[in-house]
Parts: sequence; C-alpha cells; structure tokens
Amino acid sequence: MRTIIFRFTAPYLTALMVLFSIFVLLRGHNDPGGGFIGGLIAASAFAIYGIACGVAAVRRALGFHPMAIAAAGLFAAVCAGIFSVFAKSGFMTGLWIFPKFFGTEVALSTPMLFDIGVYLVVVGGISSIALALEERESD
Amino acid sequence: MVHGAYQAADFLVVAPVALCLLFGAGLLMIRKRVDWHPFVAIPGFCLLFAADVLLLLKVAADGPRTMMMGDWQPPFGIAFTVDMLGALFVTTAGFVALASSIYATFSISRTERRYGFFPFLFLMMGGVSGAFLTGDVFNLYVWFEVLLIGSFGLLILGSEHEQLDGATKYCFLNLVATTLFLVTTGYLYGLFGTLNMADIAEKAGRFENDGALLTIAVLYLVAFGMKAAAFPLNFWLPASYHTPRFVVSALFAGLLTKVGVYALIRVLLMLFPPQHADLATLIAWVAALTMLVGAFGALAQSDLRRLLNYFVIAGIGTIFAGLALTEPGGGAAAGMVATSAGAAATDAAAGEAAALLPGSTSQVVGLSGAVFYAVHSIMVMTALYLAAGTAARIAGSSSLRVMGGLWRSRPALAALMLVFLLAVSGLPPFSGFWPKVILVRGAFQAGLPVLGAIILLTGFLMTVASARVFALAFWRNAPAAPEADAENAVFRAEGEPAPLVSLLPLLMLAVFVVAAGILPQWLTELTDVAARGIVDPAAYVGSVFGGGS
Amino acid sequence: METVLSLVVGCLFAVSLYLILSKHIIRMLLGVVLLSNAVNILIFNAGRITSVAPPLVPEGAEAPLSDVANPLPQALILTAIVISFSFFAFLLVLAYRAYQDLGTDDTDQMRVAEPEEDGPPPLGY
Repeated sequence: MRTIIFRFTAPYLTALMVLFSIFVLLRGHNDPGGGFIGGLIAASAFAIYGIACGVAAVRRALGFHPMAIAAAGLFAAVCAGIFSVFAKSGFMTGLWIFPKFFGTEVALSTPMLFDIGVYLVVVGGISSIALALEERESD
Repeated sequence: MVHGAYQAADFLVVAPVALCLLFGAGLLMIRKRVDWHPFVAIPGFCLLFAADVLLLLKVAADGPRTMMMGDWQPPFGIAFTVDMLGALFVTTAGFVALASSIYATFSISRTERRYGFFPFLFLMMGGVSGAFLTGDVFNLYVWFEVLLIGSFGLLILGSEHEQLDGATKYCFLNLVATTLFLVTTGYLYGLFGTLNMADIAEKAGRFENDGALLTIAVLYLVAFGMKAAAFPLNFWLPASYHTPRFVVSALFAGLLTKVGVYALIRVLLMLFPPQHADLATLIAWVAALTMLVGAFGALAQSDLRRLLNYFVIAGIGTIFAGLALTEPGGGAAAGMVATSAGAAATDAAAGEAAALLPGSTSQVVGLSGAVFYAVHSIMVMTALYLAAGTAARIAGSSSLRVMGGLWRSRPALAALMLVFLLAVSGLPPFSGFWPKVILVRGAFQAGLPVLGAIILLTGFLMTVASARVFALAFWRNAPAAPEADAENAVFRAEGEPAPLVSLLPLLMLAVFVVAAGILPQWLTELTDVAARGIVDPAAYVGSVFGGGS
Repeated sequence: METVLSLVVGCLFAVSLYLILSKHIIRMLLGVVLLSNAVNILIFNAGRITSVAPPLVPEGAEAPLSDVANPLPQALILTAIVISFSFFAFLLVLAYRAYQDLGTDDTDQMRVAEPEEDGPPPLGY
C-alpha cells in the first residue's frame, strides 16, 4: 500500500477526517453525530495514516500512547458524572452553563464533557487495536 | 420517593463504580511510571473498600437505597439500587481486591505493570461493583461486559502459550454466555416493556405463569449458570483459570463466578419466584452434579492450581444447593424427595432449622446459607490461590509431584494454608462450616435429604483432596530430585517475596475466615436480611418507586 | 412485519450456531458476529415495529402528537453494537495471536493449558 500517490494524499486525508470527526462530535448534542461516531472517524483516519506511512509515524504524530488517550477520555466521562454531586442531582445529570466569550454565548455542559470523553475513549481504544493489527502485518 | 435532591451520602451508591473507573483511568494515564502504580493503586483499593463498608453500614441502617442516573424518574432511567445482598457482595469484593492488590505489588513484574495490570484490575472491579449495584437488567449486561473486558486484559497478561490457549476458550464461552443473557433480556423487554428490576418484580406477579415466563427463566438459568460454571456448563473454567498469574486466578476464582451466582439470585429468585419454584428440581440436580464434579475433579488433579479450579466448581455447586430450596410440599423437587419417611423427617428438621434462623421459611434459610457460603467462598478461594502462588514460587512448581517440604521451610505460610484448606472443606472452626450447617439443615427441612447428603459427601471428598494437598506440598520432605519442569523457570524468575508482605494479604483473609468461623452470628444476621430482601422485594421496590422507605 | 423479522432472527441464529459449533476459531468468530447481529434484530423486534417517526416532542406540547418509533430498543441496540464490535476486535487480535503462537486454529489441537498425558497425583509418599 506504499504507493507514492497514497503516501502523498494520506496526511491531507487524515487531517481532513480528524477535522470532520471533531465537527461530528460537536454537532452531536442536537443533531445526528456524537462522540462514538466521531471517535470512529478519527480512529479510521489514524488507521489510514498508519497504512500509508507506517505505524511508527502514527505513534509519533499522536504524541501520547493510544491507551493513555483512552484513559483520559474515561477520566473525563466519569468526571462529567461527578459534577452532579455539587448540584445535588442524580449521578450523570446534565448540567449546563452559558458563559459569554467576546459577546458570543457558548453552551458548555456535562453531556458535552461526557461526549468528549467517549470520543477520546473510542479514538484511543480503536486506534490501539488497529495499530496493533497493522504492526503485525508489516512484520 | 421523589428522586431529586440527593445528599452527598447518597452518592455512596455509585461511589464504588466511579472510584474504580477514575483510578483505572488515572493509572492508565501514568502507564509509563510503573513505580508509582502500587502507591496509587493501594490507596485506591483502600478507598474502594472504605466506600463499600460505608455503603454496607448505610444499607444496614436505612434499608435499600436507590439513585436514578441523570435524574430520570423510574422506571425510565437507569436505576442504581443497592440492597443488603448487593452491599454484602460488593463489600466482600472490595476486601479481596484490596488483599489481591497488596499481593500483586510484589508478584507482578514491571513489564506486566506497564502492560496495564492495575488499570485492568480497576476496570474489572468497576464492572464487578456495577453488576452488584445496578437495578436495571440491561445495565447488568453492560457491567458484565465491562468486567469481561477487564478480565480479558488480566487473563492474557504475559502472553504465554498456555494463557493464549486458556484465554481463547474463556473468551469465546463467556461471550456466548453474555450474548445468551442479552437474548433473554430482549425477550424480557418484549414481554414487559421495561427493564427496571423493581418494575419487573412488581409486574411479574400479574402475569400468568405460562410458557413465556418459564422460557425466560430457563434461559437466564442457562446464561448465568454458564457464567457461574455450573454443571454441565463448567468446562471453560478448568481450561482457563490456572493459566494466568496467581493473583489474577485468585480474583477470578473468588469473584467472577460469584457475579454469575449473584445475577441468578437477583433475576431468577427475586423477579420470577413462581418460575424459580418450578425450576427448583432442576437446580437441585445441577447443584448436586456440580458439587460432585468439583469434588471428584479435585481428587484427580496432580497440579495444585488445577485442583483449586475444581474447588471453585464445588463451591458453586454448594451455593446452587442453597438456591434449590423452596417451600416443602410446593410440588417442586419431587424427584429428590426420597420417600414419605423423608417427608416425616422433614417436619422434625423444620423445627431445628427454624431454631437456627428464627421465623424463616426454608427458602430464606437456603438463600441465607447460599449467600453466606458465597461470601465465604469469595474470601477463601482468593486466599487459597494467593497462598498457592507463594507456595509455588518457593517450591518452583505448582505440581504436587514436585512440591514439598514447605512446612519445614515456611511454617507460617503452611499454617495459613492449613486454615484455608480446612475452611474450604467446611470443617469447624472456620468460615466454611456454618453455611454448610445451614444448607444441610435447610435441605432436610425442605424435603431434599439427598441434596443434604451430597453436600456432606462433597465436604468429605474435599477434605480428602485438601489433606492430600497439605500432605504432599507441605508436610512431606522435599522430593530428592525435582523434575525438570518447564514451569520452574517462570516461577523462579518471579523471585522469592519478602515474607512479611507476602503474608499480609493472607493474614487479612485469614482474619475473616477465623472471625466468621468462631462468631458467625454477625454474618448470618446480614445474610438473613439479604435473603429476606430477595424473597420479599417490597423494600427494594419501595426504594425505587417510593412508599417503602 | 414482526413475523418476518422473527424468521430472519431464527435463520441467523441457526447459521451462527452452526458456525460456532465448528472446530476452527475463525469460523467461530464469524458465528459470534452473526450471533450478535441476530440479537440486535431480536431486541429491535421485541420493541415492536410501530412507526418510523422520530420520537420527538414538538415545542410547547407535553407528548408526541402522533405515533412515534420506540426509542428504547434503539438505545439498547446501539449499546449492544458498540460492545459486540469491541469484543469482536479483541477476539480477532486474540485469535490471531493464538494462531501465530500455537500454530493452529483447530480447537481440538489446542491442548497446551490442559495436557492430555497428565497422570493422577501421587497417591502416597
């Protein structure tokens, strides 16, 4: 799979897919989309990059170990539930704040934090499995 | 009860799960700092155990507690409901997890820690705690899968040939079992339109006892029986439980099969009492055969670890015996009622058993004994595997042909092992004795003398197997020329542990084994409350829908 | 509609059972995948096939105005799909490793953990 065309286009394709995955993640609260599907798109982006340029390049590009990314996601998701202790509501209750940044109202919520957590778990988990499989093929 | 304003103390219901996931995630994030892992993990497990104990105390004081996820009102949201049964199991699980994690600090190598031993351990404990605390059938399935994923990770730690072989069988069969659980849950939803356990418990009484409910009950029995390794679905257990590290085997043997038993108690006994009564004869036969398979299997093994596998199965059979007890003359269990003479003996025994647990029906007695035995079995099986791990590391092998001389070289370890072996065989004055007394008396009271006799026979056979273990591995002098065993290298590589650290977790477990053996009253009171809560789930339903508490 | 789907589920169960009963791990894997799909359709069917309208309550109303699809089975199936997907990925890696290390994907020949020539324990000393 190491053709020159593929190797040339893969980084652009990966960047585009990661961007799209973040878009899908953020639109997920009110429209189709969300953390899981966004995470899958991002994981497949890294898988494509791995097929084109080798697993080592992906690991370098990710910066963190995939399992550490998944762990950070799990941590964020559980923290999203724990916020409800302060609101005296049931575990995992959705809590919203609407701060203004430069005059624009931004909706921040615990469901969003949870969704970002799911996104990271899926990105980390699936790309670590995909990278493990790709590593073996190249042996 | 309107579920709205929760105080901080109410969050104890979800604390075990949240703590496990938080610590697991945190440890995974610092995966490269393997030296820090024990110093984060041990306080984490201490915290988990403390939360479990507080939860148990709260349930003992206030009755079942419920928290609705995300403030959705029942029966629509996911409920976390904890009653005495769940609190007892989750506390026991927290205790053995703490003991095992202390043991793991020296028995798990740096590479294995780096691979993620402690994070997977926390993930598995999160799944186990979630399964004990949830009040929703589908959520129970999800926690089963969480604990399975954690256990898969622990099982292949090291990636040796043996482990890959064992893991393949374990993974496939457990996956089929959970899928069967999911199938049944689909049928359940189709029939009831709800998956909240309290809601189902209330509605199930209004259904006719027709084929549909019985089908669901049988499917749950098969699925959970497979998870619990009951005969004839037990073959995956002896094929896999001896392959991972000893501390992993210890936790698996202690906890995972008991999660299956817990789910069976929760779903079959609490939600479908009439169907349970119909199936009581079947469960009695399953219990009897599981006990015998476990006892005879243990006698035939020449490897200490594989012998302990069969002890697990025998323990599961004993717990199932407690679940087979229903009201005498209920039409159930006819196959095992010997003669009318047996029925006459029943009445006499009824009075005695009632004296043991005053004002109890035989179902409550059986269930109470089963829960007691399950708690004892979690503790003692974990302890046995941990002690066997230390012994095997010192002897350089876990084969009974090679081991020997440990009484002379390690008297403290040998003494602890003797305590655990006596406890697992059900001999006084240790924790295995009282639940067996309750179960045997309960079996006679319920008109199942054959079952009672088989419990006693199993106890005898396990005593023989235990005595053989002690005589061969500990009492005799070390054999002159140890066979060149391929495993030797593995065990020796782990190195000999410091005596004090390796004995601390065993001492912790031994304290329970002795305390529950000499003063069983405090534990029987708790298990009795748990059993009554299952037989009459009004308080459980009340904590979810209000009116009860 | 429910009847047709039930028949489909039955067929899928039969095929997956046949595959799982095979000796070869790769076929068992395919069987497990089919089994999880069969279960998903079963849950979907258990929620009854009612309407295709999304279960949304319009602004200002207290309840949906017309018949809507049952959202709960879809949530359950989504969860089940995620779980079965991750399990399949894990099992695939495991089976591949087992094949590499043990040199066979025939479960009858995988006897490393339970050697056949394991005699009885010593009967005395």
